[in-house]
Amino acid sequence: MITTQNRPLDTGHLEPEAPIKIDVKGLDFFYGRDQALHGVNLAIPALAVTAIIGPSGCGKSTLLRTLNRIYALYPEQRAAGEIAIDGANILARGTDLADLRRRVGMVFQKPTPFASSIRANIGFALSFYEKLSRSELADRIEDALRQAALWDEVKDKLDQSALSLSGGQQQRLCIARTIAVRPEIVLFDEPTSALDPISTARIEELLQELRGRYTIVIVTHNMQQAARVSDKTAFFHLGELVEFDQTSRIFTSPAVARTQDYITGRYG
Amino acid sequence: MTEAPRHAAPGLAARALPGEAGIVLPAAPHGFSAPVAAPSPRSALPERLYRALTAGAAWLVLLTLIAVTVSMAVGGRLAFQTFGLGFITSADWDVVNGQFGAFVPICGTLVTSAIALIIAVPVSLGIALFLTDIAPVWSRQPIAVAIELLAAVPSIIYGMWGLFLFAPFMATHVEPWVNDTLGALPLVGPLFAGPPIGIGMLTAGIVLGIMVVPFIASVARDVLGAVPAALRESAVALGATRWEILRHVSLPYTRSAIVGAIFLGLGRALGETMAVTFVLGNAHDLSVSLLMPSNSIAAAIANEFTEADTDLYRSSLIALAFLLFIVTFIVLSLAKLMLARMDRSLGRTH
Amino acid sequence: MNWVFFRRRLADRIALVCAALATAFGLFFLAWILWTTFANGAAAINARLFTQMTPPPGADGGLLNAFYGSVVMIALAIAIGTPIGLGAGTYLAEQGRHTRLAAAVRFVNDILLSAPSIVLGLFVYELVVVPSGHFSGYAGSLALALILVPVVVRTSDEALRLVPDRMREAAFALGLPRWKVSLQVLYKAARSGVLTGVLLGVARISGETAPLLFTALNNQFWSADMNAPLANVPVVIFQYAMSPYDQWHALAWAGALILTAFVLALSLLVRLVARGRHS
Repeated sequence: MITTQNRPLDTGHLEPEAPIKIDVKGLDFFYGRDQALHGVNLAIPALAVTAIIGPSGCGKSTLLRTLNRIYALYPEQRAAGEIAIDGANILARGTDLADLRRRVGMVFQKPTPFASSIRANIGFALSFYEKLSRSELADRIEDALRQAALWDEVKDKLDQSALSLSGGQQQRLCIARTIAVRPEIVLFDEPTSALDPISTARIEELLQELRGRYTIVIVTHNMQQAARVSDKTAFFHLGELVEFDQTSRIFTSPAVARTQDYITGRYG
Repeated sequence: MTEAPRHAAPGLAARALPGEAGIVLPAAPHGFSAPVAAPSPRSALPERLYRALTAGAAWLVLLTLIAVTVSMAVGGRLAFQTFGLGFITSADWDVVNGQFGAFVPICGTLVTSAIALIIAVPVSLGIALFLTDIAPVWSRQPIAVAIELLAAVPSIIYGMWGLFLFAPFMATHVEPWVNDTLGALPLVGPLFAGPPIGIGMLTAGIVLGIMVVPFIASVARDVLGAVPAALRESAVALGATRWEILRHVSLPYTRSAIVGAIFLGLGRALGETMAVTFVLGNAHDLSVSLLMPSNSIAAAIANEFTEADTDLYRSSLIALAFLLFIVTFIVLSLAKLMLARMDRSLGRTH
Repeated sequence: MNWVFFRRRLADRIALVCAALATAFGLFFLAWILWTTFANGAAAINARLFTQMTPPPGADGGLLNAFYGSVVMIALAIAIGTPIGLGAGTYLAEQGRHTRLAAAVRFVNDILLSAPSIVLGLFVYELVVVPSGHFSGYAGSLALALILVPVVVRTSDEALRLVPDRMREAAFALGLPRWKVSLQVLYKAARSGVLTGVLLGVARISGETAPLLFTALNNQFWSADMNAPLANVPVVIFQYAMSPYDQWHALAWAGALILTAFVLALSLLVRLVARGRHS
């Protein structure tokens, strides 16, 4: 009931037997002495959009932050269990974090453009992994901005400060920056919670365009958003995975009462 | 020139008039807003006394700065009138014949401060990076305190250590090597060629550099620590290393405050007296070599003021103090403005 | 692992090593300076130091008159500087908080905090020594007070602004006038912050030499007359260290050790007081 990794997916554009990209097994997470995740098992399919929903403090962002091990920035945070990406456990000692983060990109709640030009924001990330000629670099920047649906708005001002963009544009720049390095997985941590409705709609459109090209995991507190953009949805409560299933099923006929309570607005 | 802004913004000019201690600015976003109601005319005596004394003390701080500037200007007038621009451009400091050209101490001040910054800026940034990112958490506070103690050590102690320990060390171990290697280079060679006597601009600059490290490092550590976590995290999520975060994210984000911190250090270095007096050599000869003794404004005043027996001599030294005060005022103002810009962008008020 | 990765990792390692070296550089010099002061000073400390006057060249002696002069001048500087600094700090934090005057005073005060102290010494020379015709302990105290004031202004302003607004509101709601609110409520709440400021200021002025050179000057003999040149530790250290005599060098080191120990102990104490307040 809890995990559904063997159940065939029935979302239209996916293969019936979509391969598993990220396999989380028995994941515990600690902030110092406080345990935030309890034995989470979750199999995230490749090239689909997986949404993670739940009330605040349920551990949904925490789960996301383990997938690229960004929590390792803080010495007091600790994860135990296994997270296999393409079969390799990324929680294992000796994992190459730089390589992991190239393969797993992340977009944050608030736009986080760096205090440099639009071009430099993207070039910065690219310079980490590849040695590119000037023209290749320009091509890759254009490609990333096009994928993020930002190219037409900024193509004439690539050398202006990224901070001069609007909030929605900044967030799309951050998406461009993330996908410029050609990741396999993109994590979105409530990417629209700081944006106005119009910018939010654009980001959601963008998610639709990126679906099928990347494995996407999105944390959101907005249930309509989860219903609109995702193929599968996981519901978390109090640090535990309550239910994981096809999005359509979660929102129409959830198997667990707690899920039903949450999506009908009884708490959260 | 001065008329234009007054006509352009009569409201501002009127509001900036002195004596309006009670005005509350319209936008007071942070903190406690004083009650706007005007004090009642029947305010009791203690209340009026309290207001007058505290406002008076505040005015006194302002007046001190003005009084110092005016008093130095008045004291130095005789020298400025006698020598004109030559006071700054001439290197002829001849006590016996009453000729005072301050080019050498001015140069010495600038050169030693420049050497100090060349040493202090990378060291301070290194310390700030080490303390924010690298050092084990338990060791950060003790190391930070130790570095700040460098600022608490009285400057005269730096002077004695410089004279008795560091200058001989420079003379026997560092300067001969500098002579042989850098001194042999084309173009810059003459800067580093000279007798290895230990006393001189290079030694003074290094001592000054060590002295200003804690000032720059503590501000730099402060602002690097204030870089929003989200910004650092998104750099890490892209795979950036600590060095890349510093170089491409933190430093650009804190640029103005870091420059402010450097200017703060420069202000300290320009005005530092005792340490420099011990190790600079009090020589009024112009020399290209950094190994040669020289002079600085503050050291010249400290060494010579009590011996100045003519009005012109005394006035020349005060004129030097005037120049020093004006320059440090400008440098420190710039530092303050740049730090304030950073504070605003972080939403802090000071 | 490809070349780009290798180069980046190498650059990162180099940067980390450099940062550690920079820290080691700073700590090394601190240790060297403190060790020098301790080794030379400890060898020169004896009972005469506290019982005898500063000697003429080539003779043995102590620093009694210099200690006395320093203590008296610092005490007078505290007596002058603290009320002024606290008053200005109160203005900045309380009734003047958002005024233009307060903004200007904060700006100027921060500059005075870092202004060259030798210029302040010259200023007091012009202001006091020239009109009175002689150097004096009073002039020295005034010069030290000028350095103390900005420190107290800054810290008392900050300490008072840390007092929560609800405390002010509660006091005003009782109908207390401003002066009573300040004296009876705010100063009490901000006491340790203000004390920190004064101690910090004392640590700062104890080692100041430059502003005393043309104000208190020095006095080789015992003198308790504040209206005459007054011996003091920093200027004695300066003159004796620059001299060619071994006995004088030894006295200078002894003075340097006591001065440094005092200043560093005070600085550490300030940190403890400040930390006690934060936790």
